[in-house]
Amino acid sequence: MATGELNPNHFPARRAAKVVQHYLNTRYGSPYRLFGLEEVLSATAEDVDDTGRRYHLQISAHEIISNRKQKCSAEVFFPRGEPTQPAEVKASCEELLQNTTAQEEALYQRYKGNHSLLSAQYIPDSQGNIEPDMMPFWHLSIAASSFIMLNESTENTLYNMAQVAQITQLETESDELKFDSLMLLHDMVSQEILHWKLLFTWSPAGGVKVQQMKQIPKPHH
Amino acid sequence: MKSVWLLLVLVAAVKAERTFVGDQVLRITLQSQEQLRVLQSLEHEEEWQLDFWLHPVSTDLPVDIRVPSSSLSTIKEFLLTHNIPFTVIIENLQELIDMEKTEMEENQKKKQSTRSINFGAYHTLETIYSWMDTLVTQYPHLVTKQEIGKSYENRPMYVLKFSTGGTNRPAIWIDTGIHSREWVSPATGLWTANKIASDFGSDASLTSLLNTMDIYMLILANPDGYVYTHTNDRMWRKTRSLNSGSLCRGVDPNRNWDAGFGGPGASTSPCSDSYHGPFAHSEIEVKNVVDLIKSHGNFKSFISVHAYSQLLMYPYGYTCTDVADKAELDSIGRAATQKLTSLYGTYYKVGNICNIIYPASGGSIDWSYDTGIKYSFAFELRDTGYYGFLLPSNQIIPTATETWLALKHIMEYVRDHPY
Repeated sequence: MATGELNPNHFPARRAAKVVQHYLNTRYGSPYRLFGLEEVLSATAEDVDDTGRRYHLQISAHEIISNRKQKCSAEVFFPRGEPTQPAEVKASCEELLQNTTAQEEALYQRYKGNHSLLSAQYIPDSQGNIEPDMMPFWHLSIAASSFIMLNESTENTLYNMAQVAQITQLETESDELKFDSLMLLHDMVSQEILHWKLLFTWSPAGGVKVQQMKQIPKPHH
Repeated sequence: MKSVWLLLVLVAAVKAERTFVGDQVLRITLQSQEQLRVLQSLEHEEEWQLDFWLHPVSTDLPVDIRVPSSSLSTIKEFLLTHNIPFTVIIENLQELIDMEKTEMEENQKKKQSTRSINFGAYHTLETIYSWMDTLVTQYPHLVTKQEIGKSYENRPMYVLKFSTGGTNRPAIWIDTGIHSREWVSPATGLWTANKIASDFGSDASLTSLLNTMDIYMLILANPDGYVYTHTNDRMWRKTRSLNSGSLCRGVDPNRNWDAGFGGPGASTSPCSDSYHGPFAHSEIEVKNVVDLIKSHGNFKSFISVHAYSQLLMYPYGYTCTDVADKAELDSIGRAATQKLTSLYGTYYKVGNICNIIYPASGGSIDWSYDTGIKYSFAFELRDTGYYGFLLPSNQIIPTATETWLALKHIMEYVRDHPY
């Protein structure tokens, strides 16, 4: 793998930058906030003895829902060795909004009532359609799946969310909304679709928290 | 008796389509937590083969269960014994399925008779194939349809040839849909075929191109895979060939070409989505194209269309070494994507496959380039991962329209640089 100054358009820099996207979504993602990787502006990489490789990146992140772009500085460290440890990320962006929004509160209240527990399948559907009511849960699912994608990312993967196969809201005594789900993730490098069971919670104040994540074998046909 | 039953099961399995004759769907409105618990315990009863359409989650929500006809009387008795009221919301599921099927078939027929198709929607193989015939009927002096061979499951593979005559004119090849889950690719192919036919005669540049060159379009390069994404698995990528010694089917058709075959970026495992296959051109879908290109002998450009990532790439994938024509291909790519971006601001990256996306051996445009077809390009269309393979249908036409500007640029360049 290349060391020193990297071509920002080539895959080594892009893979590292994608990890930053996942990191941002685990921390700041919500039903109404989601980040995409727009561009790698510059990148360097260095080996850290035998322990791993560190990337320094300047990226342009795109907050998808408000359609705002901002620059971020980030460091991604991919540890070497077995068993594979997750990447370590540090990032700071021009302006990372932390405040919860009125929309988040309204959504939370609506589903907190326990009278209308969410249950849905195949978001988006085969034609790429998502019901307007389901859009916040699409975003929430991407944010929650970002925990998996962050955990699983290496220099040899490039993860994107493929589809929410199933999402069911569970009754819970605590403040957060709780969801059980089956997420389909796409790794561009191997071209595989990975199936993950994900149990997670969300509240405007607490953000997304993952309780359990487990990869399940996909049915072969 | 047992052998008859076994035979029926085998027949049903072979037909691979389940029947639901006499099955009913019951709706239960729960009246207490106790009843909720009773139903939740039913979920674990395997012998009755209950299929919960709405699971027992809370007393506020209905529970819908598809009950196979063989378990009907047992279940109804069970519910009555427990004082759990139910209504039959579907009396005979098979009837409903049959009705729906008939309706869909009628809709299909309607589409055929109106000579128009909704380009802003994703279509089945049947609809695409019948539209091809419509196109040929509408533009008989420009378009012909050629069968170039069959797929693994014996479906015809059709190429549309756009030609104003001549004999074996220099030609441009475009294929879409080789990876079946990339639905926006054949959707773009469909729109583009229509665009070429309808703009011929009015667009000066396209008309001059077609006066000296032919265009060949293979809209569904992987028909079996495409059907499978409609019937069974929307995320299927490969062909549907049987792999001996494995339960897993299919070969990645874009790792199966004879270009660095078996090299980096391709898997040796039949269960992998990037399995290269037992040998180069083992897949009939690939062989059919190879045979056509070779026997024609006069292709000057070869363009494969994929999705997603927003990239325009040139060879190689099987090695990161630059091709001899790198500078020229790179400059064509940049000019083409500039035109693409000018329409909606959609940003594309340009480069060779190996550096831009990953090392990947056995790819179509590496093969075409090594055969001597200099202007070999691969597109990865919208988007960059937000919707990925599930690109909303309302983005089909914008995608096709912007891509057309890039395609046109490449084709005009090929026309103006004969070799």
